[in-house]
Amino acid sequence: MEHALRAEFPGLALLHAEAAAPGRRSPRELRQRLRYLSDRVHGQHVLSMRREPIASAYRVFFRQIGIDPDQHRPPGEAAMLERLRAGWFRSRNIVDDALTVALVETGVAVRAFDADRIQGGLGLRISQAGERLGGAPNGFELPEGTIVIADERDSVGLVFGDTAAGRGVSGDTARIGLCAVRVEGVPDISVEEALWTCADILQPR
Amino acid sequence: MDLRRHTAAALRDWPGAHPVGRLGGPVRKAAGEADSWEERQIRALGTLEGSGTLTTLSPGDTAGTQAFSHLPLRTDVDEAAARRSLRGQIARLERELAAMFTSAHPRQGLDWRVGSPGGPRLLGIGELEALRDDLAARLEDTRLALSDCTRVERGNVARIEQMVAEPERFKWVRISNADIGEPACKHWHSRPRFGLIGMLMGWWRVKISSGCP
Repeated sequence: MEHALRAEFPGLALLHAEAAAPGRRSPRELRQRLRYLSDRVHGQHVLSMRREPIASAYRVFFRQIGIDPDQHRPPGEAAMLERLRAGWFRSRNIVDDALTVALVETGVAVRAFDADRIQGGLGLRISQAGERLGGAPNGFELPEGTIVIADERDSVGLVFGDTAAGRGVSGDTARIGLCAVRVEGVPDISVEEALWTCADILQPR
Repeated sequence: MDLRRHTAAALRDWPGAHPVGRLGGPVRKAAGEADSWEERQIRALGTLEGSGTLTTLSPGDTAGTQAFSHLPLRTDVDEAAARRSLRGQIARLERELAAMFTSAHPRQGLDWRVGSPGGPRLLGIGELEALRDDLAARLEDTRLALSDCTRVERGNVARIEQMVAEPERFKWVRISNADIGEPACKHWHSRPRFGLIGMLMGWWRVKISSGCP
């Protein structure tokens, strides 16, 4: 992680792992697991969620980096609200379902990238003046000081936001790069568990 | 709550603070009064004169400082510590606001919005200060609104007790769980027994609903 960013946010870190890309469709066990998790979530739990340590830590970090957590919800809160709205955690595909399971079980959001389109390791850094997301000439121009997830060459996504075009997981992806942002107040073990949960689900059987 | 005002007050009370008169100037010493802050500092500095690095200046003597007045104001100070401190204050206020949000349920109509400068990015000191002040103001406003709600709800609880004791004094009054800050749909309703006959005969009672359908 960039030294300047570490100095500003001492608890901030990016942990990553890699997994092989399995087929698209979620196996029956994974869909059952999602249904089981859906049954565990209820309104009172969602309401008091922002007092839970991990959800609260991400909420505080959102505030500190200029995002209004009531407008752009932290991933954990967003998933729970979507569960209340839709009535269940809807199964989409194996990668999205793995990310949802990890998020609901640990409270830590995991991001997935196409590992073959990442140059070197992933890290967090502050964007430069005039930099564009993904390094593409038609990419979104990042305001100076934006916190991005980046590989050794370009930014690949905003820290809690959009992924650069062509860097996400697609049907052609052979290897998946998983990463999770740890902020102050979130224990390492929760982040590691989130990554391990995802990697375990995506492991070919 | 204006934290800047609060901080200024705290700084005034700090034992090492420079004594300031009503108009911001130094306090004049009355006859027989103890030494002023400047005099104590000068005396302390005077004891170090032997080191050859410090010179004693009288409080009114500005000649020594005029020699440096042409130098530009130094602006390359490290603000990281101030930003960290502001982030700590923002974290504390956000947690308090979250705790209040949770405890306020099921009350409706409270405003929880706090503007944000937009991100995700590294915020400057000015933005962090503005955010901290907005959070503090929102927390204070919500605390006041919640305290008003609680006062009304306590009144309603007392009214329910009176209503149950003397239903005929509270004809047709209906108080719900929402009026006493509780979840669910239970309500207390003062109504006549046997409809019109009870109304004419003055047979009133409080009917308690069984809750949500």
